[in-house]
Amino acid sequence: MERNEGETMNVDIVVIGGGASGLAAALSAKDETNSVIVLEREHVLGGILNQCIHNGFGLHVFREELTGPEYASRFIEKFHAENIDYKLDTTVLSINKPDDCFIVEAYNNEDGALTIHAKAVILSSGCYERTRGQIKLPGARVAGIMPAGSAQRYLNIDGYLAGKDVFILGSGDIGLIMARRMTLEGAKVHGVAELMPYSNGLTRNIVQCLHDFDIPLYLSHTVTDIKGTKRLEEITIQEVDENYQPIAGTEKKFSVDTLLLSVGLVPDTMVFESMDLTLSPITKGAIVDHTYQSNIPGIFACGNALHVHDLVDWVTIESEKAGASAKRYVAGEIKEERNNLTIEPREGIRYTVPQSIDMNNFKEPVTVMFRVTNKYDVGTFTVKQGDTIIQQKKARFIAPAEMESLMIKPEQLIDQTTPITIELEVK
Amino acid sequence: MSVKSMICIVCPVGCHVSIDDNHTVTGNRCKRGETYAIKEVTNPTRMITSTVKIKSNLTTRLSVKTSEPIAKTLIFEVMDALNSVEMQAPVSTDDVVIKNVLDTGIDILATRTILE
Ligand SMILES: Cc1cc2nc3c(=O)[nH]c(=O)nc-3n(C[C@H](O)[C@H](O)[C@H](O)COP(=O)(O)OP(=O)(O)OC[C@H]3O[C@@H](n4cnc5c(N)ncnc54)[C@H](O)[C@@H]3O)c2cc1C
Ligand code: SF4
Repeated sequence: MERNEGETMNVDIVVIGGGASGLAAALSAKDETNSVIVLEREHVLGGILNQCIHNGFGLHVFREELTGPEYASRFIEKFHAENIDYKLDTTVLSINKPDDCFIVEAYNNEDGALTIHAKAVILSSGCYERTRGQIKLPGARVAGIMPAGSAQRYLNIDGYLAGKDVFILGSGDIGLIMARRMTLEGAKVHGVAELMPYSNGLTRNIVQCLHDFDIPLYLSHTVTDIKGTKRLEEITIQEVDENYQPIAGTEKKFSVDTLLLSVGLVPDTMVFESMDLTLSPITKGAIVDHTYQSNIPGIFACGNALHVHDLVDWVTIESEKAGASAKRYVAGEIKEERNNLTIEPREGIRYTVPQSIDMNNFKEPVTVMFRVTNKYDVGTFTVKQGDTIIQQKKARFIAPAEMESLMIKPEQLIDQTTPITIELEVK
Repeated sequence: MSVKSMICIVCPVGCHVSIDDNHTVTGNRCKRGETYAIKEVTNPTRMITSTVKIKSNLTTRLSVKTSEPIAKTLIFEVMDALNSVEMQAPVSTDDVVIKNVLDTGIDILATRTILE
């Protein structure tokens, strides 16, 4: 392959990633006065939605149930209608800010090395799946063990079934969806093991993906041994106690050639390695204020690159806000000087996004998204500043897998300095 | 008399409901659970989403769906029907891939636009 000299461009806003998040962000960032470009590593727009061929997308944004590709195509059509610039097969390698503008280094086969000077950058690069190494799976290192999302891609995009006898570790929605999908394509799915005493997937997926095909779900179980010479041949699962330790005598063995891992997703912030982007230890994404601006002025983040979402609808809504902020930033409408009032998760709350409100730019109500730490039938979310309750919201069927949200309005705050806290009260 | 138990998925409550041969439903917290359980034992239906082969410069698979939920008992026959189809780009979302599949009156539709 021949390497070109390299091209240099000047753009107001660079959007990294053309999935649900990047498309929505670009659409709301673009106006007649600015220039926006989307850089996408794959040879099509739409991101992960292209491989999510099942339905269940768009109930909130479109009030109808779409498949992943259908949801993506609604945004791709709008995107093309607005004539927004984009480059496919283009991987962003790094971002730096030596002086007053960002230098985005990217690569594609057509242009070779590509350098883009930008005033603002939107990080919408999605997430990656945890792999075997990251969860310390015991036993032999053999072929046939892979993240569930990779198996989904092989099957739905490349048309290649990863195995004939399958077991799935982790009961998140991707694992459940793949249990059904591989069964439909002729594989035998022997079971799904979940470390926790409850599944993290939607009830409807448990019913339609497992019960429909008599696939057993082993709650409070994990994989404790893996055997095989080159290819996976057998796995052992065991029940775990309340400290997640395997209980002797509960071993069950399955002859399988494939083990799918559905054990978690992590925001992809790799392109920022050379910059001091502050990440949250919990979400593993950037820490942002209510404009979705990170600690680095001019860098905005949204979608799965910010925190992992289970519903694309919330990705769209969040990314539209991040895009609108980037547009205002470039137009000089966001005050450079920030005065951040933190939003802190307390009892029962795992994290919030955004993690702060920038009081210098706080005029409109702000939606705060958050996740709880445990499952409850009913509870009350209480928002406070110090001891003063500024808002309460009752909720039902609270679960770590379901993102919650509430709205904070400027007039609710008692002052500009006392941190906001959110806690969950259950009876 | 046989009793069948299932989880109602009409709303997030997820009631564990039981239904007997006389279609007496118990365990449901509302009327919709009864309707669901009766449908599940008389004529359960499901949306099917899958892929078919496509000749294209961009990809080898085209994602598809049933135009409406189809009898659960026909799921694997539909999958067989899909395996024998090969499309040719260009294809647009909602294009018919199989008309009136297995004489059900239900069509198989493309869920993705692949232009080249
Ligand atoms: C397997 C799976 C199943 C899901 N099922 C459902 C469901 O049933 N219902 C629902 O509502 N939601 C579902 N979701 C959630 C929802 O679809 C996603 O949260 C959403 O589509 C994510 O959009 P995104 O743009 O943040 O990320 P992505 O779609 O991952 O987009 C990120 C894009 O960035 C590109 N990129 C990354 N790094 C670079 C780089 N360095 N340079 C250039 N480009 C780059 C990638 O190629 C990708 O196209 C599912 C998610 C997953 C992962
Ligand atoms: S029976 Fe009613 S309350 Fe219970 S899950 Fe079904 S719809 Fe919801």
